[in-house]
Amino acid sequence: MKFTGAEIIIKAFEHEGVDVVFGYPGGQILPFYDKLYDSSIRHILVRHEQGAAHAAEGYARATGKPGVCIATSGPGATNLVTGIANAYMDSIPIIALTGQVPTSKIGSDAFQEADITGITLPIVKHSYLVRDVNTLAGIVRSAFHIATTGRPGPVLIDLPNNISTATAEFEYPPPVALRGYRLPGEIDPNLIYQAAKAIGEAKKPVIYSGGGVISSGASDELRELAERAQIPVTTTLLGKGAFPETHPLSLGMLGMHGTKYANYAISYSDLIIAIGARFDDRITGRLDTFAPHAKVIHIDIDPAEIGKNVRVHYPLNGDVKAVLKELLLRLEEPEDQEWLKQVKAWKAENPLTYTMIDGVIKPQYVVEQICDLTGGNGIVTTEVGQNQMWAAQYYRTLAPRTFISSGGLGTMGFGLPAAIGAQVGCPDKLVFDIAGDGSIQMNSQELATAVAYNLPIKVAILNNGYLGMVRQWQELMWNRRYSQTDLNVGTPDFVKLAEAYGALGLRATRPEEVRPVLEQAIATPKPVVIDFLVAREENVFPFVPPGEPLTKMVGG
Amino acid sequence: MRHTLSVLVENQPGVLTRVAGLFARRGYNIESLAVGETHDHSVSCMTIIAGGDDLVIEQVVKQLGKLIDVIEIKDISQVEYVDREMALIKVKAGPSVRSEIMQIVDVFRARIVDIGHETLIIKCTGDEGKIRAIEKSLRPFGILELVRTGEIAMVRGPKYGDA
Repeated sequence: MKFTGAEIIIKAFEHEGVDVVFGYPGGQILPFYDKLYDSSIRHILVRHEQGAAHAAEGYARATGKPGVCIATSGPGATNLVTGIANAYMDSIPIIALTGQVPTSKIGSDAFQEADITGITLPIVKHSYLVRDVNTLAGIVRSAFHIATTGRPGPVLIDLPNNISTATAEFEYPPPVALRGYRLPGEIDPNLIYQAAKAIGEAKKPVIYSGGGVISSGASDELRELAERAQIPVTTTLLGKGAFPETHPLSLGMLGMHGTKYANYAISYSDLIIAIGARFDDRITGRLDTFAPHAKVIHIDIDPAEIGKNVRVHYPLNGDVKAVLKELLLRLEEPEDQEWLKQVKAWKAENPLTYTMIDGVIKPQYVVEQICDLTGGNGIVTTEVGQNQMWAAQYYRTLAPRTFISSGGLGTMGFGLPAAIGAQVGCPDKLVFDIAGDGSIQMNSQELATAVAYNLPIKVAILNNGYLGMVRQWQELMWNRRYSQTDLNVGTPDFVKLAEAYGALGLRATRPEEVRPVLEQAIATPKPVVIDFLVAREENVFPFVPPGEPLTKMVGG
Repeated sequence: MRHTLSVLVENQPGVLTRVAGLFARRGYNIESLAVGETHDHSVSCMTIIAGGDDLVIEQVVKQLGKLIDVIEIKDISQVEYVDREMALIKVKAGPSVRSEIMQIVDVFRARIVDIGHETLIIKCTGDEGKIRAIEKSLRPFGILELVRTGEIAMVRGPKYGDA
């Protein structure tokens, strides 16, 4: 029996266990949408394709399953680009399916034609332009395999209209052998032995763990390593949740807006155990002054990350979980407790702080209250900027896949659609988007999606009427010249905006209103937007100015 | 330092773009690139001459290795290999200088592949040094056009990697 290309895609999705997709229809993808109409796969209709890509990512990050987003050709496809780039930078498995003009018209500047495989070339793990319906099932299979294995990432399938209506036999192929796709093999036991020995001999070890721990599902192994060897753990923004931040060995986040004690620990350590992290510039500060006394163990699935930014003494290329398991078998536990005492002293002396002022809501306070009321059992997404850094600092994450933020790309407008994706994937969880007044306006149309599917997400806007992070940089580095960062004029009344969409809108203007408003939001089984009018010129501290060493922290 | 990379890739549309795009995006320098089908028609071989220090080349090789369409990469700079490229050179050649040019062509074991009224087209194969040398020798006569294939390379002895 023969099936159309559109039917083959749907059957292949079913084989891959896809039960929900995020998308927006249009002309060239219509054959697919027609078949989807009869399918059991749930489709979440977003209001802008960028929302579909971010929602697919939020879904993937909350559930651990690949997210799927769908758009038509041309502008539909180009609207996915930011979301695809975001997933690429943060190594999140998503599949982007785009319609395309018929193969006979490709290259003719046809209506709604865009060379999306060309446009996305540098931001995908891989991509396919389907030219023959007989290859389609194999392509979908390979796409899911590539997106979800190794270092995960986005894979794009561009589906010309005539391929989606052409017919072929359907047989879902066995796992494909891709001769050009290499996954790390068994790790050399000798390398494990040497790394274990280095840990045993280290006087000042620190674990620096990133998003790779979460994508590998290695939180338990990380915890065992830290506890058995009594090594303090700092995480990146993407690593939040890999290690419970209430744990005595937790140092919270490191880097540009990291805690002072995490930055001291990494700067004065003699052994950094980097796990699923990539020594990004927001982590290292000025590279030639980064951790000058430390040897480096680097565990990462991507061989290209090892030695890319810093010199690595013990390269362990492999899946984080598998490598940690091996390492734990040979672990030598250091006996020296002096370092831990020092780190704990730093922690006690340099807590994250802010000052409460009568009658003024501090944004950090709002985050603390969200953390307290959810008990760490919810999922938090963030937008990008000050809201994101306060969320990272003051929302103590307890479990993996519960803190979802745009790290590498820093995409404003990520948080709301990501929250939608997370809520779709985890319907029983309480999902908060911690937002800023600038970021939320970049994808606020997705409130319609939240309302349409009655997704009870809570959008907490830390409204300071500024593009706060840029304003902070202008204050600290550009002589208080607030060029184009004041958003006060023109910003909508967020309560009315929420109501216009059919969501609940709430507002807090004084500190004592924060908690009751949050409680009301949590008790409301539908989407809620809360407008917190916060201190306008509050800064995120500590702050390592760009290009400075990590020890040179300003404020806090 | 120059490195010679022998890269086996899927013989499919778009693969060259992926490889070239990777070099562009990450700021790596390609000095020369030649590509053609191998004895296995599903596989093409790219010979890439890339400049950069060892760290850069290590990154080039690792990043190329992540492209799904790249099957195998060998940095053959450190082993014995044969490399050749071909150049076609159109040179001004009035009757008075023709014999002199033909002598140069003989010395370089090149060939004259076309004779025009006032011009000759010379085909020369060899390594990069030889191509540069013949170019230098012919320059005084007036080079009108010059095209080069880019270098292709092969490791000497048994199949590289098998030995």
